[in-house]
Amino acid sequence: MRHERILLEHGSGGLLSHELITEVFLPLLRNPHLERLEDSAVLTVGERSICFTTDSYVIDPLFFPGGDIGSLAVHGTVNDLAVCGGRPLFISAGFIIEEGLPLEDLRRITLSMAEAARKAGVAVVTGDTKVVARGAADGLFINTSGIGLVEYPHPLSVKSIEAGDAVIVSGTVGDHGAAVLSRRRELGVISEVLSDSAPLNGLIAAILAASPRVHCMRDPTRGGLGAILAEIAKQSGRLIEIREKDVPVREEVRGICEILGFDPLFLANEGKVVVFCHPGDADRVLEVMRGHEYGREAALIGSVGERERGRLVLRTVIGSSREVDLPVGELVPRIC
Amino acid sequence: MCIAFPGKILTIGEDNVAVIDISGTRREVSLDIIDEPVAVGDYVICHAGFAIQRLDEEVALEKLSFLKELIENEIY
Amino acid sequence: MKYIDEYRRPELVQGLLAAVGAKAAEIGREVTIMEICGTHTHAIGKYGLRRVLPANLRLISGPGCPVCVTSIGDVDAALHLAGLPGVIFATFGDMLRVPGTGGESLTGLRAAGADIRVISSAGDAVRFAAENPDRQVVLMGIGFETTAPTVAAAVLRAKQRGLENFCVFSVHKTVPKVIEALLADPELNIDGFICPGHVSVITGTEAYRVIPEAGRAAVITGFEPVDIAEGILMILHQIASGKFDVAIQYSRGVKEWGNARAREVMAEVFEPGDADWRGLGVISGSGLCIRREFAEFDALRRFDLPAPASAEVRGCSCGEVLRGVLTPPQCRLFLKACTPANPLGPCMVSGEGTCAAYYKYERDPG
Repeated sequence: MRHERILLEHGSGGLLSHELITEVFLPLLRNPHLERLEDSAVLTVGERSICFTTDSYVIDPLFFPGGDIGSLAVHGTVNDLAVCGGRPLFISAGFIIEEGLPLEDLRRITLSMAEAARKAGVAVVTGDTKVVARGAADGLFINTSGIGLVEYPHPLSVKSIEAGDAVIVSGTVGDHGAAVLSRRRELGVISEVLSDSAPLNGLIAAILAASPRVHCMRDPTRGGLGAILAEIAKQSGRLIEIREKDVPVREEVRGICEILGFDPLFLANEGKVVVFCHPGDADRVLEVMRGHEYGREAALIGSVGERERGRLVLRTVIGSSREVDLPVGELVPRIC
Repeated sequence: MCIAFPGKILTIGEDNVAVIDISGTRREVSLDIIDEPVAVGDYVICHAGFAIQRLDEEVALEKLSFLKELIENEIY
Repeated sequence: MKYIDEYRRPELVQGLLAAVGAKAAEIGREVTIMEICGTHTHAIGKYGLRRVLPANLRLISGPGCPVCVTSIGDVDAALHLAGLPGVIFATFGDMLRVPGTGGESLTGLRAAGADIRVISSAGDAVRFAAENPDRQVVLMGIGFETTAPTVAAAVLRAKQRGLENFCVFSVHKTVPKVIEALLADPELNIDGFICPGHVSVITGTEAYRVIPEAGRAAVITGFEPVDIAEGILMILHQIASGKFDVAIQYSRGVKEWGNARAREVMAEVFEPGDADWRGLGVISGSGLCIRREFAEFDALRRFDLPAPASAEVRGCSCGEVLRGVLTPPQCRLFLKACTPANPLGPCMVSGEGTCAAYYKYERDPG
């Protein structure tokens, strides 16, 4: 690590985040579970197989179009459990509250957490509260951890991905990132696009019931679909080819990206899943997804190639192709 | 050198600031350095929060259809 | 999205590329075309255009990314200003990760506590000054003839509002003089220039008069794939016919006479001066300095800057890359010591920088 200090960019979900994990945390904490670097750890307790995950939420603003930090914190952990084939059961909630946060905001956020938990069918079974001096946190940080029962008989992991696998995304990309960007005053963009924050355990259970040959699933959050696919290509050592014209993007999100010079592929999502499954089951899986509330705009966007230098290749709208790598730098407005 | 985008003027307010729209997303841009009068409904090219040129729609549409024709008949 | 999607239609791009192939074959010899502007470098990479061009057509990137050409001395000066107590340093995102001497950068300073804010318009910096009367706001003035008028307009607004805590550190540069330098460079043999579309909105065709006079092609080009493919085709037509001129492909945005109002505002606040281009050295008359009448808005007059002890990273050949003499892989540090995560030279830092664009887009996808 060449930087002496932690930079904002280390939290962006891109190249520096990846380096933080692989060069600081993994060497010191390495064990067979951790080094799989999946969204959840799948553990065997007695003869039961459980999945366990944790995530922190430091979003600013606390309330954004389509959600707030409370529902986000529940959905994120539920989704991390579900993409590993787990049925989410119990979650924890750790609050780090800044001195001066209006109690009314805290009630609103907690109510939203309760509703999200009820909808996802999970219970908040343990928690913790700390208060820090004014200025040490943007109002509120929330950490949620979660436990689920793994019931899908096949291991869902990057290692299970096979050549020829179909790559399916459950809907439009970049919605959450765009919704949050439109609330950052210094960017000066006004938009009605809503965050896609949602609990996906129902949709994912339906996908797994529809096909015994789902090999891997991930929920692309920070860093967007582009970062997750680049990471999976690197971890699996395979070529992943995506057709840009088939990746669904809302018009307003394309508008924000034109104004700010961003690429929707790298904007955050909070209610999407990317599915790798056997090509023979792709149509069936797509049909099931489109029949579900959170999968209406599901789309087949590409396929997995042979094993070679793990790369993500994008076939552009004009038919040429280019390699896509983990994003670098923060998403900030530029003039060039 | 410069990222810019075409937006449609929705409103023109005081302080010489216009609200432009690009497929549902809106942004305020200053009209301080544009060199011809613009009106609501015009498309303007915007860079770094300023409108720098009224987009010439007639030229744009005429050129596009001309280009399509050339390519369809492989004249180019 | 109107006036965007129409210029990304595959059949138009394919048709134009077929015509480019035919015209390049007709010319037969190797043709070297330079895209001056970093935003063109980015668009060419984003749409994978470089790899679908004919073999005898070499597309090289020029010194057109405002961050890449900012001298290390200017970067160090910016870092010094940003670190001063009580200063709010406002900058476009492009400058955030540019390494100064010793590898320090604005992101590093911000992590150490400096108040560095990213803006999407020069007007934002004026707002910071109005909202924080007890702080000194310094706006980093980077960019060419498209951005300089917006900074000048912000200075006029600040003067109008009587703000005394706002100033600009100008490292603005202009295009004509650097084109002359490129044409005079013996190591370069450029047959045609893809001229920057949005700079030309302001300057008009006059800025490129020297190119046809030197017997080379010049086409002012937009930034969508159809624009770029057509711009290249128009350059090849000029080369094949031997009739050189400053042509306008980006006719929906660029008038021959440009934007007089913007030039007026720019000239009211700035005057031409010498500028130190990273990798190219000092080019006289190629920079924009703040006029004496606006001295109170000039960061160079408001703050005294230490004598620069700036030093480039040893082995960094950003200069040759910026001039198009070297391609990124030919630089000894490319993807060895100098990587996107740890950029040593400016060409790797900015998203539009030749090396960053090459790393992102050009690596052979097979």
